[in-house]
Amino acid sequence: MKFRSLIFANLFRKKFRLILTVGSFAIALVLFTFLGVVKSAFNRGVEVAGADRLIVVDRVGLMQLMPVSYGDKIRAIPGVKYVTHDHWFGGVYQDEKNFFPQFVIDVENHRQVYPEFIVPDEQWNNFVKDRQGCIAGRRLAERFHWKVGDRIPLKTTIYGAANWEFNLDGIYHTDKEGGDEGQFWLQWKYFDETVPSVIKSTAGWYILKLDSPDDAVRVAKAIDEKFANSSDETKTETESAFAAGFAKQFGNIEFLIMTIGGVVFFTLLLVTGNTMAISVRERTNELAVLKAIGLTDRTVLFLVLAESLVISFIGGVLGLFLAWGAIPAVSAALTGLLPPLLLSKTMLTLGLLFALFIGAASGLLPGIGAMRMRVVNAMRRV
Amino acid sequence: MAIPIIYNVRSVRARWTSAIVAVVGIAGTVGVFVAMLSLARGFRATLVSSGSEDNALIVRGGATSEITSGIGLDSVKIIQDAPGIARGTGGPLVTAEAVLMAPIPLISTGTDANVELRGVAPNVLEIRKQVKIVQGRMFIPGLTEVVVGKNANTTYSGLTLNNTIWLGTMQWKVVGIFDAGGSSFDSEVWGDSRLLTEAYKRPDTFFQSVTVHLTSPQALTQLKDSLTTDPRLNVDVTREIEYYAKQSTRMTTLITRLGGFVAFVMAIGAVFGALNTMYSAVADRGREIATMRALGFGGPSVVFSFLLEALLISFIGGVLGCLAVLRLNGITTSTINFQTFSNLAFAFKVTPDLLGWGVVFALVMGILGGMSPAIRAASLPVASALREL
Repeated sequence: MKFRSLIFANLFRKKFRLILTVGSFAIALVLFTFLGVVKSAFNRGVEVAGADRLIVVDRVGLMQLMPVSYGDKIRAIPGVKYVTHDHWFGGVYQDEKNFFPQFVIDVENHRQVYPEFIVPDEQWNNFVKDRQGCIAGRRLAERFHWKVGDRIPLKTTIYGAANWEFNLDGIYHTDKEGGDEGQFWLQWKYFDETVPSVIKSTAGWYILKLDSPDDAVRVAKAIDEKFANSSDETKTETESAFAAGFAKQFGNIEFLIMTIGGVVFFTLLLVTGNTMAISVRERTNELAVLKAIGLTDRTVLFLVLAESLVISFIGGVLGLFLAWGAIPAVSAALTGLLPPLLLSKTMLTLGLLFALFIGAASGLLPGIGAMRMRVVNAMRRV
Repeated sequence: MAIPIIYNVRSVRARWTSAIVAVVGIAGTVGVFVAMLSLARGFRATLVSSGSEDNALIVRGGATSEITSGIGLDSVKIIQDAPGIARGTGGPLVTAEAVLMAPIPLISTGTDANVELRGVAPNVLEIRKQVKIVQGRMFIPGLTEVVVGKNANTTYSGLTLNNTIWLGTMQWKVVGIFDAGGSSFDSEVWGDSRLLTEAYKRPDTFFQSVTVHLTSPQALTQLKDSLTTDPRLNVDVTREIEYYAKQSTRMTTLITRLGGFVAFVMAIGAVFGALNTMYSAVADRGREIATMRALGFGGPSVVFSFLLEALLISFIGGVLGCLAVLRLNGITTSTINFQTFSNLAFAFKVTPDLLGWGVVFALVMGILGGMSPAIRAASLPVASALREL
């Protein structure tokens, strides 16, 4: 590359402007990745949903309970592999601020339905044997510095006894990117013994695993038909549709954050692109000289493009690096409010491509101008 | 001696293309900053205005929200006779309420949202004085009729006057639309508590909360003392306004933290923009500055002059950002409240003090972006700068 030193000399002719342009690029990229991860956090439930899982809730509303006997009836439907049921516990750990989701799980089929949640066998067996046992996600355990063997008190007002205590028998983790490691599980058997009679023998919702995801529509219909005109009619959806329904309720908040962020991001890029274009225009004279001494039009275009690509590449990499450093801190500040923010590889690649695209676009216009200009006119300009 | 301000105004005008870059950057930053805060403010205001100074809300001891609470009819009867409760034409002003949730599709997306259903006492309008029926009439106790809040009417499908809807196992007629002054009640559906609980197969002797109208705001202590010392009861008594303020904390924290981070990152970007503009302004004007110095203007007045120019640019940016956001004021939007799991409509609330903070934020960015170029301007060597082409 015989032009390397020329490109670099041009880059560093105004060091301060270079720093600012690279800096603005980096900032734009930080913003881009941040908005991307926030968007994915809002939709995390949809992204990690199993394609072969269905959720069955009571038709009249999420808070309505169904008889636990529905489990066997659902299992009898062809195409259903495993059925398990959950309850929402809604206890408070020490203070209301320490919110985390707690599920009352049915130990029998939970592991089959959710294979992505991995608990060491020994811990799982202890949990099954221990009436007051509980299992926490890895991130949750880290958040409160829990370790296996700890006693965890929860207060609740929904279910009879106000003070519940659990033994932490195990910690689960997940091998799925973005999987939820913030849940807390307790045993349905213990729950069922303790709650008042109106809640006994009920399930909050059912989750079932299908033999094949292609069966989802047929099985969902069969379940809802089975319980039509019964005391508790059901509504069956795929897990992702269920999660999407929840995510959509954030609705406008997500939309607003995205629009505001998006508008700003593009303004920032326009501004940066403009600065780069100006710095090329300032040098029209020099480019004319280069052409006068015999460089081809295409080489001139290449010189200009290379310069803006180098700037956008450095800025882009710097921005992604900053985002990579900042996102865990922001995620920590949002613990309990949003699922953890994850910077995925796709996001990083997308960001870098975007930076290069803007770099190319902002170099292309002045570059083509430089390529087309007539040497005589350009030299005459002061 | 100070350099006349008109010099800076003219200079900004002469270099408007480069100034515009900085103005846009700052305007955008201030816009986002104010928009996020007004969103959080609006969300909070919606919940806070649901509460009233002279009402008290009673939930089961330790309950964090109405949905995790439960109060039996026997307790309600004890509460009714407690001191400090105002009396109306039909007895004590007490409404024992059942709070339920129904999936009703959003008009905007067609997907279900969790709408809060509230079974209320017939005299609820005497207790919640800010709630007024604006169309149709109040529901008649004992009939399957509901009244809907004005935001519920426009946000969820089917909640229009005289329409019939399914809630639980019964069909209900919408007979009225009420205006609750922009509070969270505006997103709710109200009906007879006995029938609503029946439709959801809940015992009709079991409520989620009791709201009472106090004889005066000061009567709260009296009521609280009497109820919390009663061995037959296990309840928490809060002023209604405080209860609702607490329900808004999680969402407001989320919005402020997300918005704070975005505004912070953008502020850095905007300062870069301002630095760029000011440095090129200084670089272009080497001779001008040197001439002024030669004429006898001191270093500090040159610094001051350039800082003033940066502040002028950032002020314009700040004002433009505020003006853009001002148009959001009053726009209604909806989201799910994490603490009650129910869907809630609320409006942006752009207040004068937020706008004030926006402009202050802009000026801070102006100082950060203008300081070092200004110092550089003042420290240019006069003789060599004058000799420059």
